[in-house]
Amino acid sequence: MLRPYLHLVRAGFRRHSIYLAASLAGLFTNTVFGLLRVAVLLAVVGQTGSAAGYDAADTGTFVWLGQGLLAVVMIWPDRELAQRVRSGDVAIDLGRPWNLQPALLAQDLGRAGHAMLIRFGPPVLFGALVLPFRWPHSPWTVLVFALSTVLAVVISFAARFLLDLTAFWLLDNRGVATVYAAATGVLCGLTVPVAYFPDPIRIALYATPFPAMLQTPIDVFGERGATAALLGHQVLWAALLLAAGQLVLARATRKLVVQGG
Amino acid sequence: MDSVRILLRLLRSRVRSQLAYPTSFALDALGQAIAQANELAVILIVFAQVDSLGGFSREEVLLLYGLAGISFGLADLAVGQLDELPRWIRTGELDVLLARPLGVLSQLVTSDLQLRRLGRAGVGVLVLAAVLAYGQVEPTPVNVLLVLVTPLVGATITASVWVMTCSISFWVVEGRELANAFTYGSTLTTAYPITVFGPWLRRLFCYAVPSAFVAYFPTLALLDRPDPLGLPHALRYAAPLVAVAAVLVAALVWRTAVRRYQGAGS
Repeated sequence: MLRPYLHLVRAGFRRHSIYLAASLAGLFTNTVFGLLRVAVLLAVVGQTGSAAGYDAADTGTFVWLGQGLLAVVMIWPDRELAQRVRSGDVAIDLGRPWNLQPALLAQDLGRAGHAMLIRFGPPVLFGALVLPFRWPHSPWTVLVFALSTVLAVVISFAARFLLDLTAFWLLDNRGVATVYAAATGVLCGLTVPVAYFPDPIRIALYATPFPAMLQTPIDVFGERGATAALLGHQVLWAALLLAAGQLVLARATRKLVVQGG
Repeated sequence: MDSVRILLRLLRSRVRSQLAYPTSFALDALGQAIAQANELAVILIVFAQVDSLGGFSREEVLLLYGLAGISFGLADLAVGQLDELPRWIRTGELDVLLARPLGVLSQLVTSDLQLRRLGRAGVGVLVLAAVLAYGQVEPTPVNVLLVLVTPLVGATITASVWVMTCSISFWVVEGRELANAFTYGSTLTTAYPITVFGPWLRRLFCYAVPSAFVAYFPTLALLDRPDPLGLPHALRYAAPLVAVAAVLVAALVWRTAVRRYQGAGS
């Protein structure tokens, strides 16, 4: 039952390992953005020694983990499925003896695994060596961080899957995807820690899945906040978004008309 | 003259085709505006924590941001489609452009004028208007001229950097990602006082890539305040000269790149 999905995880990993040059170029860009972002945030911290509970080392850790996880979690949608919906190729995907959502999730986990090796390690190591950085105190934290990162990938995938499904109704979902991509950077804690936000906005943000995609694994690594609550929030959103994906997929499949030829 | 008329006709047809799907267009423009407002949100959130950043107050940083935002939006509108250059090269479509009796760059630029990118410039205009209304800048004739000219000069500098860095794609297959570090990276280096960046970042991303001339130096002139780094006074009015130099260098790099391009024979 599970075997084919495990194969898909491997296939996702191998597919992305082919484009090593692309990964390296992405790495360079992540590192430049990391350096610029950390400079701005350190200027904020520098005056008082800490801001919103972040000192210099916390800030470095926040920026470099964010730049590293960005490609792993893939907070910006690639619209691959949406384009298959538009072209009609999705009919082939739906005809295969699998459930489309877990099949794509398996491939996405493989992709994320590859990104973890190539896109996460180097910027984090670079940041840790060159700038103030805070390693976790407890060795267990690394394990919990791994779990939290997997959950973050699942949540991000489930959100992107729903986004792609809008193409069944809109045909061209580029506008929706642009708005999503534009908003995630600030909402999930890539550009500025969620803790910086004024309280009402911060609380409202946790009523959305966005912080669970990036800020939560970073918080787990930085050992801030109650781990159980953070992981619970992630599990809840993963379950909700995956279930919503199944529901919408079922409706979309019923709507789909395959025209011959 | 003929080629100008052809390019204008091409542009008109691109504009018409984009307005054919108004809902998608409106959402797209909104997305661009939100993307631009990202950094605005960061600035506002940061100033909820501190009163000054790199020695500049919130209104002063917003003035920088407004000028930088319009510059980036206009540059993106003019040359943003160069991001697609790797695709043109990979698919061999560039060969078609080379065979036509028009400049390659002008064809690429008119190939896909994305009006939705005006959403970005729009956010910059709004912020700039708000800061000016707030009375940050003395309304002298020189300042009025500066406010009008700076975004155009800034857009020229940003667009030159765009052309220069996208030329990497002629040598490196993944040139687009590399170029992103300089093109989209400039949204950070232009919108903040250069005092927040360390000496090395400043040399590379503010002077060598002349981001500091897009908004920072003109802003010093507008606010009539001394440079915290103690740089020469003349620099604050030097942006137009830097823009001319940037255009010349970009043209040279682009020409060299196109000359050495060999099609894949596809």
